[in-house]
Amino acid sequence: MTAPASPDSSAPRARILAVTSGKGGVGKTFVSANLAAALARRGLRVLVLDADLGLANLDVVLNLHPKVTLHDVFTGQATLAQAVLPAPGGFSVLLAGSGLVEYSRLTPEVRDQLLEVIQTVTPRFDIVLLDTGAGISEVVLYTVSLADEVLIVVTPEPTSMTDAYATIKVLATQQSRREIRLVVNQVARAGDGRGVAAQLQQVVDRFVGPSVGEPVKLALLGDVPTDASVRDAVKKRQLLVEALPGSPAAQAVAALALRVSP
Amino acid sequence: MSRSAPLPLDALQLDAALQLLGRAGHAVGDGPRDAAWLQRVIDGLCELSSRDALTGLSNRRQFELTLDREADRVARSGEAALVLLLDIDHFKRVNDTYGHAAGDLVLQAVARALQECVRPMDTVARYGGEEFAIVLPNCQTAFGQAVAERIRRTVESRVVTVGPGVSLAVTLSAGGAFAPPWVRSSARLWMERADAQLYRAKDEGRNRTCIEPTAVSLVSAEEKSMLFATSASLPLLDGDPPVTASPREAP
Repeated sequence: MTAPASPDSSAPRARILAVTSGKGGVGKTFVSANLAAALARRGLRVLVLDADLGLANLDVVLNLHPKVTLHDVFTGQATLAQAVLPAPGGFSVLLAGSGLVEYSRLTPEVRDQLLEVIQTVTPRFDIVLLDTGAGISEVVLYTVSLADEVLIVVTPEPTSMTDAYATIKVLATQQSRREIRLVVNQVARAGDGRGVAAQLQQVVDRFVGPSVGEPVKLALLGDVPTDASVRDAVKKRQLLVEALPGSPAAQAVAALALRVSP
Repeated sequence: MSRSAPLPLDALQLDAALQLLGRAGHAVGDGPRDAAWLQRVIDGLCELSSRDALTGLSNRRQFELTLDREADRVARSGEAALVLLLDIDHFKRVNDTYGHAAGDLVLQAVARALQECVRPMDTVARYGGEEFAIVLPNCQTAFGQAVAERIRRTVESRVVTVGPGVSLAVTLSAGGAFAPPWVRSSARLWMERADAQLYRAKDEGRNRTCIEPTAVSLVSAEEKSMLFATSASLPLLDGDPPVTASPREAP
């Protein structure tokens, strides 16, 4: 897999996994946070970087009230070490914080700062999850370009599938991605993710593969069923895998973690 | 500090406020000067401070509040929203030739025309001298140009009588930009983008509309129809380990 702007690969460093979605509101941050906790539970050093610059809500999901954020690092008011915080769930987070409105446009400064931050943190972790913003803005595409692997969160909703497909198309053509991982969230029944992935794969094979001259493979990491316990955990502002580890959705996320890092 | 006594409403100096409201035709009633009455006075003042005195449109203060809210909403909802900036072409000539009273009549006529061209949910504001702004929530990108053109044509065709036997018509230039969906941006950046388009419209000869181009949908109708074809006959993914939602033992 190619990662066009990936950091120096000579030193041992974390695998960088970008979590993105095309459409907003499909559970991207839910997947990032709970996947991170499930990976941490398996003994991995995990960092979640809130790359949803300007529209961050990882702090809300994790019930954190960060005093130091990425914004402070970008503006030189804090060191990176000060901004990497322990999160409930046994992993580390680097939160964007509010006040990042100015980063909604990809300027050379934002590019350099993000790249530097990622290069600095990767030697200290096994896996870094980049929780990107929704959509396919320049900032999102750039963030994804820094990752070794891409994971797209999609739901069986037509709008979500369309936006996920658009994202796949852009990543295959602009970033030469030939393998993209999928998590199908909010499925009615366990296993329904297969149909969604197959449908996407079929359209990719027909339209995207021929235009890039190579097959583009969608690898289904798994699906997560619609589960009332997800909302319960969010209301309590707790991680699902911590609060209700026996719930169907939490078990599905644990299964995802096994696929990410066998 | 000790708890203060309830506020005696009669002690308030509200003459200036009541005079303003009376002049603007806001009746607050002659009833007892109780809390409900004070609320009506305050509501009236709020209403007054959000309107442009000449045209009755939202004023700039109100518009900026609305735009901030809309920018926040679009950031999370992903809904398309358009902002239009409109400027009457060569307005100074109207003032210079026919006088300021005529200029005021033209501003009022344009304001009415703008209000007629949009939906009740849209906010039309007098932004500056002869500059107007409209925020259109939930406006599909495909319709942006059509809305702007409808406004331009309506204003162009409207004849304003500014004196006995003196009628004139004005044109306007408009620039528009859609808020970036899913991205927290600022109302200021959004207005800057619309303003850049307004400059383009002026530059290209006035009496025209320019909307910032949006990326055309990346997904064709053919792709969409295939994406939503019935999945019954589709092959399952092969080459992957079986996928289930049940947990597996760690290796």
